[in-house]
Amino acid sequence: MKKEDVPQDKSALDNFTKEVCYALDDSGKYVTTLSTGWEVKTVALDKTWSDIEHRIQAVKEKVLRKEASPVLFFMEARLMDFEILAAYTGFWQWQIKRHLKPNIFEKLSQKQLTKYAKAFNVSMDDFKTLTIHES
Amino acid sequence: MKVNFEHLQAAHCENGVTTNLLNRTGVHLTEPLAFGIGSGLFYIHIPFLKVNNAPAIAFRTMPGNIFKRTCQSLNIPVVRKKFNSEKEAERFLIECLEAGQAVGCQVGVYYLTYFPKAYRFHFNAHNLIVYGMEGDHFLVSDPVMETVTSLSRYELERVRFAKGTFAPRGQLYYPKAHAEVTPELMKQAIKKGIKLNVRDMLYIPGNIAGVRGIKYTANKVKKWRDGLGLEKAGLYLAQLVRMQEEIGTGGGGFRYIYGAFLQQSQTYFPDRPLMDISKKFTQSGDLWRNAAVQASGIYKGRITEQKDFDLMADYMYEIADLEKESFKALSKLKW
Repeated sequence: MKKEDVPQDKSALDNFTKEVCYALDDSGKYVTTLSTGWEVKTVALDKTWSDIEHRIQAVKEKVLRKEASPVLFFMEARLMDFEILAAYTGFWQWQIKRHLKPNIFEKLSQKQLTKYAKAFNVSMDDFKTLTIHES
Repeated sequence: MKVNFEHLQAAHCENGVTTNLLNRTGVHLTEPLAFGIGSGLFYIHIPFLKVNNAPAIAFRTMPGNIFKRTCQSLNIPVVRKKFNSEKEAERFLIECLEAGQAVGCQVGVYYLTYFPKAYRFHFNAHNLIVYGMEGDHFLVSDPVMETVTSLSRYELERVRFAKGTFAPRGQLYYPKAHAEVTPELMKQAIKKGIKLNVRDMLYIPGNIAGVRGIKYTANKVKKWRDGLGLEKAGLYLAQLVRMQEEIGTGGGGFRYIYGAFLQQSQTYFPDRPLMDISKKFTQSGDLWRNAAVQASGIYKGRITEQKDFDLMADYMYEIADLEKESFKALSKLKW
């Protein structure tokens, strides 16, 4: 890629930073140059996020229909899998899988719920009402 | 409390941390040299494993390898520590700063507050340098950022103790002593770096790593349209492009940085055809970017037919053959 061909498209990096790219100058020597982004990968990132939004929405409906507990909703919202959530809460993965069932979730102790709220970085109220505050 | 420190932006975090920390010990490397000596170029497609609901694909070596191999090859002793408690991790960091030592830290990016939200996934192998403390804040040099930044004590603790795959456990590291790197030692290190990279790309058994890994993915791509449906196939391709191009690769899945490494190595080996082999890597990077454009046509929903997936796979076969040829050429160099 030639230096003048390095894309300067709009991206999520706007107002945060520019990224270093390696490209050739006129003499064929590699130099570094800054790029604001490349449309091809901006769309890739947008695609990934719209899929995440879809999944969060789908899970939210599932929880509202009482087919799953809020744990599942926040796992999606916080991009966590069982491994990550187990590491943050100290629960075993099989325990978390049980806690996804609404009837079992109902019986969790305050202490257990606090562990989840802390791992999801939400208040206890927000946890139960499926409310997300960006932080 | 602030260590005398010069922030230099890099394409990739680990290259940047390596060059910036070594700079302070009197060893002046460029980012491409650190990347090449650390044998950074790679390709792997790990089957069955999913990252964010899409295939696990990497264009570079395991996190930590570049710093480790570069320091090893240049005979630079390294201090590396993990911690069981957050308190201890912070205390040790502050002690280092008080002793005038800037320190590399492995962190997770999910809670990295100065990153754009869209980039914050549970990825735990990011690297940054802490070079001072002012009041309640640590001064941070993150090599992928244009300027220095800072994190509160709590924020730094949270990212140093992120959980999940590659959990950093507070890991910090720095080169221990002032080192003398002679041109002869540099030559040895470059040679070693190239040889190891030849091994990684050509001779790892199995079909998922190195140039055979690229073909492995290509074979999969052909089946994605009918096997997964357009929506999911698009997501998988988006993941491939992100791994290849997202902040840190310098473009073309690190192939351009590697081309720059070979060019810069030419100075140390004037009578080897490194400049020419570098051109092959530029070509390879260009092909990767063409493939990304093709992939984007698919995940934008603009092109949807099987022949579009076949063309994507064909790009990857071509890349695999080209990279095989390039590394064969490197392996045949008479040192």
